[in-house]
Amino acid sequence: MYTQALNTREAAGAAADPEREARFQACVDAESRIEPNDWMPDAYRRTLIRQISQHAHSEIVGMLPEGNWITRAPSLKRKVALLAKVQDEGGHGLYLYAAAETLGISREELVEQLLAGKAKYASIFNYPTLTWADIGAIGWLVDGAAIMNQIPLCRCSYGPYARAMIRICKEESFHQRQGYEIMLTLARGTPEQKAMAQDALDRWWWPVLMMFGPSDQDSQHTDVSMRWKIKRFTNDELRQKFIDATVPQAHYLGLSIPDPRLAFDAASGHWRFGEIDWDEFKRVIAGNGPCNRERMRARRKAHDEGAWVREAALAYAQKRRQRQAAMQVAAE
Amino acid sequence: MTEQNWPLWEVFIRTRNGMAHRHAGSVHAVDAAMALQNARDVYTRRGEGLSIWVVPSAAITASDPAEQGMMFEPTASKIYRHPSFYEVPEEVGHM
Repeated sequence: MYTQALNTREAAGAAADPEREARFQACVDAESRIEPNDWMPDAYRRTLIRQISQHAHSEIVGMLPEGNWITRAPSLKRKVALLAKVQDEGGHGLYLYAAAETLGISREELVEQLLAGKAKYASIFNYPTLTWADIGAIGWLVDGAAIMNQIPLCRCSYGPYARAMIRICKEESFHQRQGYEIMLTLARGTPEQKAMAQDALDRWWWPVLMMFGPSDQDSQHTDVSMRWKIKRFTNDELRQKFIDATVPQAHYLGLSIPDPRLAFDAASGHWRFGEIDWDEFKRVIAGNGPCNRERMRARRKAHDEGAWVREAALAYAQKRRQRQAAMQVAAE
Repeated sequence: MTEQNWPLWEVFIRTRNGMAHRHAGSVHAVDAAMALQNARDVYTRRGEGLSIWVVPSAAITASDPAEQGMMFEPTASKIYRHPSFYEVPEEVGHM
C-alpha cells in the first residue's frame, strides 16, 4: 500500500537476545501492544521506521496531485471540501511522522531521506491529475484502497502506529465519500461529464490496484511482518477485498471497469480480474513514473523555500527567551 | 547548511469537561505558543478538544519498562489493599 516499496528483506540473522526476543514475541502473540520504550528487536524497529515513514511521506506527497485542483474546483462547496481533505493529508503525515519519531529517529532525518530520494512513497501519487474527474476518482478509489489497508493497521502491534491509524481511519471516510459524490455528480451529468468520469476511472483503476503492492508470491516482507503483527492481511487478500467492494460501486455509477477479464465468480463470491502490469509498477517505484521527478522537485522546492521561515522562527523564539530572562534579572 | 531542529512537544487534549487530558501525539514548535497552535491544527480539526496542554518532550521523566517488575512489585504482593481481602458475613449485607 503506502508502503508498497518495502522490498529489501531484513537480514533475519541470529537472535541477538533470544530470551528478550521470546518475551517480545509472546507479548505480540498475546495481542498486547509494544510501546516506545519497550525492548524490541532491531529489525522490528527498522521495519517500522521504514513502513511508518513511507506512509507519512505518501501522505505529504499525496497533497500535490490534489492541491493541483484547489483553485480550479467547480464550486465553493467542492473547493472547501478539497481544501479540508488536502489539509487532512498533511495532518495524517504529521501524526505518522510523530509515531515514527517515537522509534528514535528525528523528523529532520526522515524528511532528509525523502528529499534525498532514499525513502519511497506510494507509487500512485506519481500519476497526473488531468481533469476534475481525477479528484473524484482519487477520493473514491485511492482513499478507498487506503482505507482497506489502514483498517487492519489500527490493530498493529506497535502502539503509536496503531493509535495514529485510528485517528486517520476516522477521517478517511469523508475523503472517500466526497470523491464518490464527485463521480456520481459527473456520471449523472451531461454525456461529456460522464465520459470524463469514465476516462478518470480508466486511467486510475490499474495504478490503484498496484497500491496494494506486489503479489504474495513476490512480496518479501509479508511473512515476518505477519509474525510481528505489523501486517494482518497479505497484499493479495487486501486487493481482492478492495475489488469486491468497488466493482458494484462502479456499476451503480453506470461506469465500466477497464478490465475485459473482470468476471464474478459465484462459487467463491469474488470478482476475478486480469493481470496487473507489474513492469509498470516497477518502473514507477524505481522513480520513472509520469510525475516522479515533478513531485520530488515540488517537495524540495517547498523545503528549500521554507528554510528561512524555520530559521527565523527559531531566532525569534530565542530572542524572546533572552529578553524575558534579562527582564527577570532586572526585576530581581 | 546545518539547520537547527525545532524542539518536540507532547500534546494532551481534554475532549470534554469531566474528562482528563489525554495524550494525543506530538508536534514540533519553536515555543509554547506555536506548539499550542500547531497542536490545534494537527489534532483538533473536528472538535476533538476543549482544552490542550503542550509539554516539552524533554521535560517528561518516564519510568523504565525494563524495570517494570521491580517498580510495580509492591502492588502485586499487597493483596490486603483490596476490599475482597476482608471477610464480611453475608447477614451484614452489602458493604
